[in-house]
Amino acid sequence: MADSEQATKETLTVTLDGKEIEAEPGELVIAAAERNGVYIPRFCYHPRMRSVGMCRMCIVEIDSGRGPALQPSCMVPVSEGMTVTTESALTKKAQDGVLEFLLINHPLDCPVCDKGGECPLQDQTLAFGPGESRFVEEKRHFEKPIAISELVYLDRERCVLCDRCTRFAKEVAGDPLISFIDRGNHTQVNTFPDDPFSSYFSGNTVQLCPVGALLARPYRFRARPWDLDQVESTCTSCAFGCRVALQSSANRLVRKLGVDVDPVNWGWLCDKGRFDFEATNSDDRLGGPLVRSRAPGAAGDGAGELAPGTWSEAWDRVVEGIARARLRPGRESIAVLGGARLTNEDAYAWSKLARSVLGTDSVDAQLGDGLPAEVVVGLPRASIDAACGADTVLLLAPDVKEELPVLYLRLRQAVVERGLQVVEVSPVATAMTPYTAVSLRYRPGEAASVVRAVLSGDQATGTDGPADERRRAGELLRAGSLVCVLGRPSLAESAQPVAAAAASVLDALPEVTFLSALRRANVHGALDMGLAPGVLPGRVSLEEGRRWFADAWGSLPSGPGLDAHGILTGAAEGRVACLVLLGADPLADFPDRSLARRALAGAGFVLAVDGFLTASARRADVVLPAAVYGEKGGTTTNLEGRVSRLHQKITPPGTARTDWMIAAELAWRLGGDLGFTSEDEVWDEIERLAPSHHGLTRARLASAEGFDGLLAGGVPEAGDRDAPPTMSQADSPGVLGAMRHTKDDSLATTGMGHDRHPDPQSGSEPAGAPPGLAAAEGAASAGGSGYADGGTPQEVRGDGDAVQASVATETDQGGSDAFRPSGGGADHGSAQRPSPLRWSGGGATAPTPPPLDRYSLRLVSARKLYDDGTLVQRSPSLAPLAPGPRIRLNPGDLSPLGVGTGTKLQVTSGQGRVVLVAVADAGVPQGSALVTFNQPGPGAADLIDSDGAVTEVRIETLGGAGGATS
Amino acid sequence: MARLSAESEELARTIIPRYPRSRSALIPLLHVAQEQDGWVSPEAIAHIAELLDLTPVEVLGTCSFYGMFKLHPVGRYVVGVCTNISCLLLGGEELLAHCEARLGIKAGATTDDGMFTLEDVECIAACTDAPCLQVNYRYFLNLTHEQADALFDDLRAGRRGDEVPEHGTLTRVRQRIASERWSGHGAEGLPVPPGQVR
Repeated sequence: MADSEQATKETLTVTLDGKEIEAEPGELVIAAAERNGVYIPRFCYHPRMRSVGMCRMCIVEIDSGRGPALQPSCMVPVSEGMTVTTESALTKKAQDGVLEFLLINHPLDCPVCDKGGECPLQDQTLAFGPGESRFVEEKRHFEKPIAISELVYLDRERCVLCDRCTRFAKEVAGDPLISFIDRGNHTQVNTFPDDPFSSYFSGNTVQLCPVGALLARPYRFRARPWDLDQVESTCTSCAFGCRVALQSSANRLVRKLGVDVDPVNWGWLCDKGRFDFEATNSDDRLGGPLVRSRAPGAAGDGAGELAPGTWSEAWDRVVEGIARARLRPGRESIAVLGGARLTNEDAYAWSKLARSVLGTDSVDAQLGDGLPAEVVVGLPRASIDAACGADTVLLLAPDVKEELPVLYLRLRQAVVERGLQVVEVSPVATAMTPYTAVSLRYRPGEAASVVRAVLSGDQATGTDGPADERRRAGELLRAGSLVCVLGRPSLAESAQPVAAAAASVLDALPEVTFLSALRRANVHGALDMGLAPGVLPGRVSLEEGRRWFADAWGSLPSGPGLDAHGILTGAAEGRVACLVLLGADPLADFPDRSLARRALAGAGFVLAVDGFLTASARRADVVLPAAVYGEKGGTTTNLEGRVSRLHQKITPPGTARTDWMIAAELAWRLGGDLGFTSEDEVWDEIERLAPSHHGLTRARLASAEGFDGLLAGGVPEAGDRDAPPTMSQADSPGVLGAMRHTKDDSLATTGMGHDRHPDPQSGSEPAGAPPGLAAAEGAASAGGSGYADGGTPQEVRGDGDAVQASVATETDQGGSDAFRPSGGGADHGSAQRPSPLRWSGGGATAPTPPPLDRYSLRLVSARKLYDDGTLVQRSPSLAPLAPGPRIRLNPGDLSPLGVGTGTKLQVTSGQGRVVLVAVADAGVPQGSALVTFNQPGPGAADLIDSDGAVTEVRIETLGGAGGATS
Repeated sequence: MARLSAESEELARTIIPRYPRSRSALIPLLHVAQEQDGWVSPEAIAHIAELLDLTPVEVLGTCSFYGMFKLHPVGRYVVGVCTNISCLLLGGEELLAHCEARLGIKAGATTDDGMFTLEDVECIAACTDAPCLQVNYRYFLNLTHEQADALFDDLRAGRRGDEVPEHGTLTRVRQRIASERWSGHGAEGLPVPPGQVR
C-alpha cells in the first residue's frame, strides 16, 4: 500500500519549526503539523468538519514565499517549500492575544463547571495563554444554562463562539436547529423560540464543545473528570457498532463518548447510544434469580408468584424443566429465542449448548422482525465504507435514521459531499428520502415486483409511480458499483418479498454486494455464531458444517429447527415443552403480540435469562439474572460483520453473571461440558472452529489493527486510497490526510474529539497528553490496546497453521458421546473446514398478497429511535422522548373521514382493535397506513398478523352515531 | 402580526426562483416581511423558513445579524443616535442622553404613544458633521440639543413630512421586477451546482 501511495500521490516538503517534513497535497497546515508531532492550539478546527477559521487560536507564522505572516493554520493548505513557525515570539504574542480576547467574556467559573479538568480552554490557556487578563470591565451576562432540548443544556456565558456545535448540526446531522443569533458582542448560540434542538445527534455537540457551554443532562454534575475511569468499548444500542469510550465513577456508568474510527462512526454517536447506559445503572436490574413458587396442585405454568430464590433453587427448577422437555418428542420440544443482546462469546456458548447439549436446532436470535438468517448470512457482503464509496446505493430498508442513526449520518454525508446516488424502494417516505436520487413507493407485500419492474425496465408492471422515475432508478442501478442496503422495511408484511427483491437484484446484477440494515445490537454476531435455525457458527449451513461441528461438539440435531415464528406458533399450540428467552421480550418485540401472548401461555417451562424483568420475563418460571452492557467483556459484531471488542467497566449487580457462564453451568448441570472456562477460551474456540472467523485471533483484535474492529468472512476493507475525500475543503479536495486518525490519541475524546491536549505541566511539549492519560497512551504504544485497562498482555498466537497443527496432534480425543464436548482438543483431522453458506435466492418467492380491498388500508409498521424498548424505558433521560403510538395516513385517506391530525381513530385488523391518534402525512402513500412499532401503549403489535403476507386495517372515527367507515 | 399575507406570499414566490439556490432569497423575503408589518415577526420568520425549506432558527440567525431588520415592533419614527468615535468626541453620548431624557425612554425602547423608538447606533458615515442622528434613516447633522428638541416637536406635530416619511415599513426595496428583465430561468430556478442539496 505504501508503494502504491507513493505512485499515486506526490508529497510536498514543508519546513516546520526548522525541520523538513513531508505533507500531502491539500493537507491543512494544522493537520500536517499534528501528524508530525507539533500541536497547534485550536478550538474551532475539527478534522471531520469544514474549517471555518472562527477562533483564530491556530494562527502561526506561515511563509509561502512572500515572507512570513500570521495565518490561521486550519485554513491554509500546505504548499511546496512553505515554512511554518509555530513557536516564534510573534506567534506566541498572537496566541496570547487571542486567548486574552476569548477569555474577555468567559466567566471562569471552572470550579462549578463540568468541563473543568478536561477543558481545552483551560488546558490551552495554561499552555499557551498570557497568564493574566487586562480586562476589568463587566462581562456579558446570559441566563445560566437554558435547556435547548430534553438532553442538552446551553450556558451561553461560557461559549467562545467556535461554531463547532452549529456546524455539526448543519453539516453532519442535517438538523440546523441551533444557530448564531445577533451580532458582534451580542452573538449567541440559540434555538428558535419554542423550537428545541431535538436532534437525534444532539449529544455530539456536547462532546465537540471545547468549553463547558454545552452539557448533557445525564452527565451534568455527576462526576469530575479526574474521578472517571474508562475502557474502550463498542456501542451495542444498534447494530452499527460505533466505537466508544465507556466511563464510570464509583461503579456506575456515567458517560459514553464517541471514538473516531475511520471505517465506522467517525466519532459520532446517536443520543440513544450515548445515553442509554443509564439502563445499566437502573434500579430495575435483576441482581439474583427469580423462581416461580409452585401453586398447590398445579404443575407450574404460571400458577404461582415469581419470587427471589437462590441460584441452586433456580438450577434445580431449570434442570427439571429441561429434563421433562427432553421426554417430549419433536424438534421443537426445546427452543431458544433471542440472543441479539449477547456478546459473540455468549452467543457461541448458547449456540453450542443448544445444539450439542439441549439437542435442538430451534434457536433464533431474531424475533420475526428481521430477515431469514440464510439471507443475512449468505449474501455477498459490503462494508460501510464500500456502501458510502459506491456509485449507487439501493436502499431497501426501514428508515435508517430511526433504526441505525449513524449509518444515516454516513450515507447522508456520502450523498451531500461526494454525490452518492441513492435509489430508495420503501413503503413510506423516510428521513433519507430528501437525499435520494429516486425514491419509489411500494404497496406492502409488493416490494419484489417493484424491484423487478425497475430492473427489467418493464413499465407495464402494476405498480404506482411515474414510469420515468423507475427508468431512472434502473439506469442508476446499472451505472456503476452498487451496494444494496437490505433490511426489513416494515414489520407488518412478511420478510419474503424483501428477500425475493434481494434475490432479483443479485440475479440481475451479480456484482452487487449487500450491507445488512438489521438493527438489533449484536444480531449479526448472534447469526454468525449460529443462533438461527439451520445455521452453524462461522456462517455455514447445518448440513455443510455437520461433519466439522459434529467432530468438534460431539453431536448435532438431525435436522433444521424452527425460526421465531415457528417456535412461537409451536409454543402456542403446546408443542414447546421448554422455551428459553435469551434476553428476548417477544411480548414487546415480536410483531404479532397475540401470538407471543399465546406462546408464553402455551409453552411448558419458560426460562428467561435477562438483565431486566421484562413483560415476557414476568411470565417465566425461572428468571436468571444476566450481566448487561458495560458489565462484561468479549466481542460484538456490527452490521458489516466487523468484530470489535467490548470491555467490562463495572461489576454486575448482585449475583448476575454473563450469559456464556450461565450456558456453561447449565451444560454442566445437564451432564455436559462446553469446554471453556473464560471468555478468552470461548473466543479461541470460535476462531478455531467458525470458518468465517478463522484468523481473527485475540492478539489481532487487541492490536492497533483491531482497534477499528476486524471484518469477518473475508470482506475487503476499503483502503484509504479508495476512500472518498471526506469533508473536503470546497476548493482543495483530498484533505483526507487532515483527518486520518492516529490510533493512539483517540483517548483524547474526553476533551475534544481526538485532538491531542497540550500538557500544561510542560509548556515546551505541547503535543504531550494530559497527565491522566499519559499512562494510557503509553499502554497503547506498548500493548496496542489503547486503554488503561486493556494492558493485560495477550499471549500472541502463532499463525493459523500452527493452530491447525496443535489441533491435529490431539486426534484421539474426539468421541461419539452425545454430551462429549469439543474441549480444547477436538478431532479435525477427518473433517474439512466447511465452506460458508451462499444464498442466491433459491426458493425465495414472495407470497401473493390478497387482492386490494378498497375499504382497507395496508399496514406499514416501523420503529422510531425512542421506543418502548427495555433500554430506552430504563433510561430516565430517554424514556420521555418516545413519541407514543400514532397512525399516519395520507391526507387523501384522512380527509374523507372528515377529521385531521390529532383525531383519535379506531383501527381494526383481523388480530385486534386499537385506538390511535391520527397524523396526516403526505409521505405515506394513499392506501397505506403507518403505525409506529413498540411505542408505549397499544399499537402495531396488536394489529399485525404474522401469518399473513400483509396486514390490512380498517379505520373508523370514534363516537358519533357509530362512526363513518373509510 | 402574522405570517406573510397572500399578497406578500405571492410576491415571495416570484422572488425565490430568481436565485440558483432558494436560500439566497432569504434577505429579500425578510424585506417583504418587514414591508408588510413594519417588523419581522416570529410567525413571518417561520413562514419564510417554510417557503425556503430552512429551519426558523436559520432565518432568525440571518435576520438578527442585520440591525435594520427589526425583531420587535418599532415606533413611527426610529431615531438612531450615533455614538461611534467621531460623534463620541463631539458630544454623541451627550446627545443620546439628552434624547433619552427628552423622550423619557432608554435607548432601545419605544415611547408609550408609539411615536418614537430610540436607538444607539454605530457609525452612520457622517463623521464630518458629527454629532448626528437618523430618523427613519434620514440624516440630521451637526445637531445641538435644542435642534434635537425642535426636531422631535416637529415630528410629533407632523411638520417634517417632506423630509422624513412616517415609518410605515422602514423597508423600501424594489422587489417587483418586470418579467422580461428576469435572468431567464423561470419558475424552475437556476440549476443547482452538482453535489448540493437545494
